[in-house]
Amino acid sequence: MSLQIFELVLFTILAAATPLVIAAIGELIVERAGVLNLGVEGMMICGAATGFAVAILTDSSEIGVLAGILAGMALAALFGLLTIFMAANQVATGLALTILGLGLSGLIGAQFIGLKRESLGHLYIPLLSDIPLIGKLVFSQDVFVYAGWALVVGTAWFLSRTRAGLTLRAVGENHASAHALGIPVRKIRFLAVLFGGACAGLAGAYLSLAYTPFWAPGMTAGRGWIALALVVFASWRPLLAFAGALLFGGATVLQLHAQAASIGLPGQLLTAVPYAATIIALIILSLRHRRGGAAPASLGVGFVPER
Amino acid sequence: MVSQAGKPLVAMRGIVKRFGAFTANDRIDLDIFSGEAHALLGENGAGKSTLVKILYGLLSPTDGEIRLEGDAVRFSGPQSARAAGIGMVFQHFSLFDNLTVAENIALVLPPGETLAGLDERIAEIGRRYGLRLEPARPVWTLSAGERQRIEIARCLLQDPKLLILDEPTSVLTPQEAETLFATLDVLRGEGRAILYISHKLEEVRRLCDRATVLRGGRVVATCDPRAESVRSLAAMMVGTHVVDVRSRGADALGPERLGVEKLSLTAEDLHGVALDQVSLSVRGGEVFGLAGIAGNGQDELFAALSGERTAASAGAIRIDGISVGREGINLRRQYGAAFVPEERNGHAAAPDFSLSENVILSRHATGDVMNGNLVDLPAAARLAREIISSFDVRASGVDPAARTLSGGNLQKFLVGREVSRRPGVLVLNQPTWGVDAAASAAIRQMLIDLARQGAAVLVISQDLDELFEISDRIAVIHHGHVSEPRATRKVTREEIGLLMGGASQHAH
Repeated sequence: MSLQIFELVLFTILAAATPLVIAAIGELIVERAGVLNLGVEGMMICGAATGFAVAILTDSSEIGVLAGILAGMALAALFGLLTIFMAANQVATGLALTILGLGLSGLIGAQFIGLKRESLGHLYIPLLSDIPLIGKLVFSQDVFVYAGWALVVGTAWFLSRTRAGLTLRAVGENHASAHALGIPVRKIRFLAVLFGGACAGLAGAYLSLAYTPFWAPGMTAGRGWIALALVVFASWRPLLAFAGALLFGGATVLQLHAQAASIGLPGQLLTAVPYAATIIALIILSLRHRRGGAAPASLGVGFVPER
Repeated sequence: MVSQAGKPLVAMRGIVKRFGAFTANDRIDLDIFSGEAHALLGENGAGKSTLVKILYGLLSPTDGEIRLEGDAVRFSGPQSARAAGIGMVFQHFSLFDNLTVAENIALVLPPGETLAGLDERIAEIGRRYGLRLEPARPVWTLSAGERQRIEIARCLLQDPKLLILDEPTSVLTPQEAETLFATLDVLRGEGRAILYISHKLEEVRRLCDRATVLRGGRVVATCDPRAESVRSLAAMMVGTHVVDVRSRGADALGPERLGVEKLSLTAEDLHGVALDQVSLSVRGGEVFGLAGIAGNGQDELFAALSGERTAASAGAIRIDGISVGREGINLRRQYGAAFVPEERNGHAAAPDFSLSENVILSRHATGDVMNGNLVDLPAAARLAREIISSFDVRASGVDPAARTLSGGNLQKFLVGREVSRRPGVLVLNQPTWGVDAAASAAIRQMLIDLARQGAAVLVISQDLDELFEISDRIAVIHHGHVSEPRATRKVTREEIGLLMGGASQHAH
C-alpha cells in the first residue's frame, strides 16, 4: 500500500470514529454520575436532523451545529426531568427516548430529504498541514474531530484531577453517602445528563453536516448503541472509549475497502464486521476487568432524598 | 470540666418532625454544652437518628428551632451545618468504597478550598488525634475501624465545635473502640462537644457526662449516666424491664450435627472474602458463636452452609453425618437444616410478599405447606398465624406484607419460621442486627430453647455481648480463616477482640 492510500485509510478511520467518540464521552459522564441513559441513539439522530435542517434554513453550518447540540440537550432534559426528578425507571425512559427521537427526527427532516450541503471545512495550516502523514492526520481535520479529541482529554482530566469531577464520581458511586454529605445529587446528575445530550446532539450534527453532508432517515445506523457499548467495555474510562471508537471506525473503513476490492464475501457479512469486531474486542477487554469494581456502584438506580 | 451554668453551645427547642402521619420527633428539647460528652439513648425507632439528621441539616424540622451559641439558625443542608461547626460521623459510613482516603476527605472541603497540601493536613490531624491514615489507599481495602478514622478526620479538618457520632462502636472490635475513646477524650479536652448515640450502655456510662433518653419520639429522661445502672438506663429506654435470657444448664451435648471440614471458597466479587480451609463442628444441644467484624467471610460462609453456593467437595459440609457440600438449599432443608440470613428484607423475606407467602418461601421444601405440587395456601396462613402468636410477633392487619413489620418483629417472625419447624441444625447470620433490646432478648431465648431440645445452633454475629450471653463455644472468623473454638466460660472478651482484629493464633 502506498503512503497515500495508507494516509487516506487512517484519515477516514479517524472520521468514522469521531461520532462514536463524542457520543460515548457524553454517555460516559452521564454514567459516571450514576445515570443510565439508553436514549443516546434518539438524541443523536435528533441532533443530526435538527442540525441539518437549521443549517439549510439559516445557510450556516455553525448555527446548524449549535441547533443539533440544543436538540440533543432538549431530549436529555426531558429524560432528566422524568428519571431524576420524578424517579421514573431509567431503562424504560431511555428506550422510549430513542423511539421518540427516531420519530421526531423523521418529522424534522422530512422537508430536507435529498438536499445537500458543503461539508464543514477542514483545517489548513501552511507548512504543518503539508507534513506527510502527520500533517494530513493531525493538522487537516474538521472541527468535530478536534472537538472529539478535546472531549477525551478534557473528561479524562476532569474526572481524575478536578474537584467537580471527584464530586461527580462520588454521586455515581454512592448517592446516599453523597446526599448525607450535602452534595446536591439530583442537580449534578441533571447537569451530567444535559452534557450527555449535548454530546449526542453534536455527534449527530457531525453525521449530517460533515461526515455525509445530507439528511437521511435513520442515518445514525445504531451508532448511539455502539457508543453505549463502548462506555461499558471501556470500563468507564475516556481513553479506552477513544481506543474502542478507533477500533470500530477502523473496522468500518476496512470493510468498505474489502467490499470495493470484491474479495468474494457477501456485502452484508462484511457490513457486520465492525459490529462483530467491536463486540469481540470489548468482551476481551471486559474479561480482563472481570472482577467488577469499574462500574459506578449507583448506576441506573434512582434517588429520592427525604427532607 | 463542664460549666453548665453558661449558655449551651447548641439548644434545640420544641423540635417536631413528621413523616406523613408518623411523628418521629415530638417536641424535643436538647441542650449540649461545650466540652461535654452527651449521650442520646433510645431504642430503634425512638427518633435518635431523625433528631441528629435535623441537627446536621439533612432533614428540616416540621416545627421548633435550633440555637447555636444563642443565635437561631436554620441549616439549608449539611454544608451550612458544617460551616457552623457541626460535624457528623455516620453509623453506616458515608464513604465511597472505590475512592481513595484522600478523595473521600476532599469531598467535604468547603467550596473554593484547594486540594493542594491536603495530604499534609491529613497527616497533621493524624498526629494530633492518633488517627493513622494512608491517603492513597482505596476505602474498600480498609477495616471498619480505619473507615471510621477517615470519617472522624474528615470532620476534624473543619475544626468543629460539636461532633455527632451515630452508633460509633457497633462495627468496632473492643480494641478499636478503646482507640476511639482515647481520640474522643482529646477532643473533649479541647473544649469540643460530643453527641454520642449508642445503645451500648456500658460505654455510655463510661464516656458521657449527661444523657438524654428518647422513647417514641419524646424525651423521657435526662440524667447523669454514671449515677445510673445499666439496668435503670435500659428500663428508661424500653419503658419496662428487659427480661434476662434464661441461661441453659450444663446439659450433656449430643453428637455432631453440623460439620464443616476444610471448606474453601473463592470470593465472588471484588469486595468479597475467600474462605480458606474452614473447619468447625457444632454438636446437638450446643449454641456455637462465630464472632467477627463484618466483611471477614461471614456472608460467604453462610452462603456455603445454606447451599446458596456449593462447596468443591460433598464432604466439606455434613448435616447429621450426611455429606451435603454439593447439594442445594432445599435438600439441606429436607435433611433437617434451617437458615436465617442477615438481610431481612430481600434475602430472608420478600418485602412485598405477605407473611404467609413468606412462610412458603422457606417451608415449601419440607412439604409443610404443599399439597403435592400445589401450594396449600390455607396451611401457610395457619402456619403464619401460629408463628405470630407463639413468638409474640406484633403485626397489623390480617397477613400483612413483610415490609410493614418493624425490624424486630420481622426478625422474630423469620427466626420463628425456621424454629417452629424444629430443625436439627440452625444457622443464623447477625440474628439481632438492628433489632431492639426486647426483641433481641426474645430471639436469643428462642435459640437457647431450640438448642436445649437437641438442635445444633450456629450464630454468626458481630455482637460480642450477644455471643457471650448465649453461646457455649466461640470461634472468630477473620479474613476467611476460622480460629480454634474456645469454651465461652474460659475465654475473655479481650482475647476474642484481639482475634477479631487479626492477632495471629497458632492454630493457623
